Amino acid sequence: MTESTIVKQEEQEYGGAERTRARRVYIPRVDIYETGDAVVLLADMPGVDENGVDVTLERNILTITGYIQDDERAGYGLAYREYGEGDYERTFALSDEVDRNRIEATIRDGVLVLTLPKAEEMKTRKIAVRSAA
Amino acid sequence: MFWRNVGRRSVWREMDRLQREMNRMMDGFSEGARSEFPPVNIWANEENAMITAELPGVSTEDLDISVVGDTLTLSGERQAQNGDEEQTYRRRERWQGSFSRTLQLPFRIDAEAVDATFAHGILSVVLPRAEADKPHRISISAN
Repeated sequence: MTESTIVKQEEQEYGGAERTRARRVYIPRVDIYETGDAVVLLADMPGVDENGVDVTLERNILTITGYIQDDERAGYGLAYREYGEGDYERTFALSDEVDRNRIEATIRDGVLVLTLPKAEEMKTRKIAVRSAA
Repeated sequence: MFWRNVGRRSVWREMDRLQREMNRMMDGFSEGARSEFPPVNIWANEENAMITAELPGVSTEDLDISVVGDTLTLSGERQAQNGDEEQTYRRRERWQGSFSRTLQLPFRIDAEAVDATFAHGILSVVLPRAEADKPHRISISAN
């Protein structure tokens, strides 16, 4: 396990444009795996609930955004910090293999799960091998 | 002298690469000792301390919190969230495995009154100061 797998990465800039919200933005760490009929994306977005997540698909650009709720730690002062708090954003380019109409998103315990079903013609097919006897 | 130009360019490219590599390494250091999972923040006021930890994807059954004296231990396991279906990874950035972290506080904790909540992947543990360790107000008497 290297250090870079734990440290939260802050996004420096967004396409050269400045943001309108005065909050830090982090790049969520993701796992992407492929099964027979779908591509599944898991993104770590601790602090984000189902109301704070936005998934948009424009042309072939998939953007996932997570907004955290304002921290309600009234009466406390921060004494020691290992992670920063802020929103999350990350963009992916999708290929044509994904069936755009059936993308599903769920979030649980701060992990966004995006299921991107493969388009019918892209599904893995098992080829039966006949013996040539 | 064509070869020299080419050579020089590649040297600079190598230097750039090295510099990037160094920056990347230094970035990690400047953040402090952050390589442990889960990362925690510690909040404090006069009465309590509160520890928050980022534990996305860890279920409460897989999480264990224990308090002894002035130390708090968070341990558990972060399991891979995937079906048993055959799968091929394209990217794997999320950390998984078992973890254990012990944090020592500057006061004894009232273990009976510890309150832990877990919401949206963030654990918050409120650790009240033990009665005996609370600050005493000393009144000054004029003679």
